[in-house]
Amino acid sequence: MNNLFVYCEIEEGQVAEVSLELLSKGRSLANELKCQLEAVAIGANLENIKSQILPYGVDKLHIFDDKRLSPYTTLPHTSIIVKLFQEEKPQICLLGATVIGRDLGPRVSSALTSGLTADCTSLEIGDHTERRENKTYENLLYQIRPAFGGNIVATIINPEHRPQMATVREGVMKKQIVSDKYKGEVINHTVKDYVTDKDFVVEVIERHVEKAKNNLGSAPIIVAGGYGVGSKDNFDLLFELAKTLNAEVGASRAAVDAGFVESDRQIGQTGVTVRPKLYIACGVSGQIQHIAGMQESGIIISINNDPEAPINQIADYVINGTIEEVVPKMIKYYKQNSK
Amino acid sequence: MKFKIVVLAKQVPDTRNVGKDAMKADGTVNRSALPAIFNPEDLNALEQALRIKDQFPGSTVTMLTMGPGRAAEIIREGLYRGADNGYLLTDRAFAGADTLATSYALATAIKEIGKCDLIIGGRQAIDGDTAQVGPQVAEKLNLPQVTYAEEILSLDQKSITIKRHIDGGVETVKAPLPLVITVNGSAAPCRPRNAKLVQKFKHAKTITEKQQGNLDYTDLYNQREFLNIPEWSVEDVKADVEQCGLSGSPTKVKAIENIVFQAKESKTLSSSDKEVEELIVELLANHTIG
Repeated sequence: MNNLFVYCEIEEGQVAEVSLELLSKGRSLANELKCQLEAVAIGANLENIKSQILPYGVDKLHIFDDKRLSPYTTLPHTSIIVKLFQEEKPQICLLGATVIGRDLGPRVSSALTSGLTADCTSLEIGDHTERRENKTYENLLYQIRPAFGGNIVATIINPEHRPQMATVREGVMKKQIVSDKYKGEVINHTVKDYVTDKDFVVEVIERHVEKAKNNLGSAPIIVAGGYGVGSKDNFDLLFELAKTLNAEVGASRAAVDAGFVESDRQIGQTGVTVRPKLYIACGVSGQIQHIAGMQESGIIISINNDPEAPINQIADYVINGTIEEVVPKMIKYYKQNSK
Repeated sequence: MKFKIVVLAKQVPDTRNVGKDAMKADGTVNRSALPAIFNPEDLNALEQALRIKDQFPGSTVTMLTMGPGRAAEIIREGLYRGADNGYLLTDRAFAGADTLATSYALATAIKEIGKCDLIIGGRQAIDGDTAQVGPQVAEKLNLPQVTYAEEILSLDQKSITIKRHIDGGVETVKAPLPLVITVNGSAAPCRPRNAKLVQKFKHAKTITEKQQGNLDYTDLYNQREFLNIPEWSVEDVKADVEQCGLSGSPTKVKAIENIVFQAKESKTLSSSDKEVEELIVELLANHTIG
């Protein structure tokens, strides 16, 4: 009772990276709260799922295995989680801030009248005193996220309502196996006790999933462009630099919104979170949403003709200049000096 | 075949364009200096609704927004682009609502509007980026939902087929009516204002706006019912005040921190050949690049 639950997303029999990252974060929060970590796996053909999930320190794994539960649709997954939570009364529930997590989370939170905070960048445990009533709440989940277009960082709490729910994007938390031999209990639930036929009114008639076109998440070097790059043509320069350095191209939201590159290259709070060893920011002003997605990069170079650009403050090297001028020089001198 | 559609739209501060003049001396954002705009993905939602109206004449598109008095602008913008009417949900008791209390209020208003076939909104609003209101409205109305919609492929009296964005791909789903849909920014952009409709609706006002303006046109509003934008309070939509606004919000903001960047020691270089080359040589030497 009152444990910490993680909803595990499953695609083609594989647990999503973001779910494994959340299990790791969940494990450390559960240690702090001295409660158990429980996981929920909903899908079809889940015989081997426990070997993927338990090593992350999961004390109890709830399995709902039925061919009608894959691919994901909103209503049956909602019904299962809502009923399970009514029985188990978790204090915290974490979900990936994926299309599925952001479809399911709000529906569940509405049904349970619990609070949900989207796209958290940090989760901590702490107390809260309501001054007006002089009431203290212990061990709340601090759900920390940029807000208001990223110009502020807000700490959100749910003092009265349970579970405290939060979604987190892939790459924000670090995944860490506790032990391959971690002993957790596995419960195979009877699915029909949790869903009704009415839950299956929405039908997936066609589905097409491709492996990601880029590997921004794991690239050791990233060349990122912002609105200051100015045009699609100038972005070609960044692709050329990336090709030379064996790097991947990323972008800020402003550059994506301007149509310079595709949205799957977006780095930041509403895009991918990255930790490359080298991050070359070209014409990126450095809105906090963008910073939130790249600030843990090893070395940051900012190329910008605005010396006041906020990103310069977290950069290791600032090059004052335009993209058109600096990027070709970097390509040239790399070719001259590398063997 | 005719459909009754409600479009959910929000007036938001334009957080994408926080210019220098929107910053206060202490480096924080002066929210009142940001322009208030029609939430971008709600425009994509409006377009989907208008396309249904184009295809099935006699269908109606009703705008619904919640916000302060000035949010009537959203209703007018909808009317200029082809919506038939709209409601402004406005009451002090709605203030301070988180997504759940917002969804509750919107759901009660939708019940008040009456039976409808489709409720369409943007996937998320740019001031919060939560994407929660659509699914929560659906849950409150006990309706199925299709989120991240990109295109409506077909529609008949009983069901709708929708192409939607999913992580790493797309899927096509078939869902029954009535249904709540949230539309992704990758869907078709909204058509521009129609000049004739701007002429027709430019004096459309809420009662509060009428009271603030001069009263010369009183007759006009009596003659042309469509110029009156209804304003609904908590009472008008028979909402439980406890479930509205701050009191109906499970989430509380514990702390707000304005962003102040931590400066770290950085080297500033010029764009001269010499300095760029030195940097590249240094990065090669310490194996940052290889």
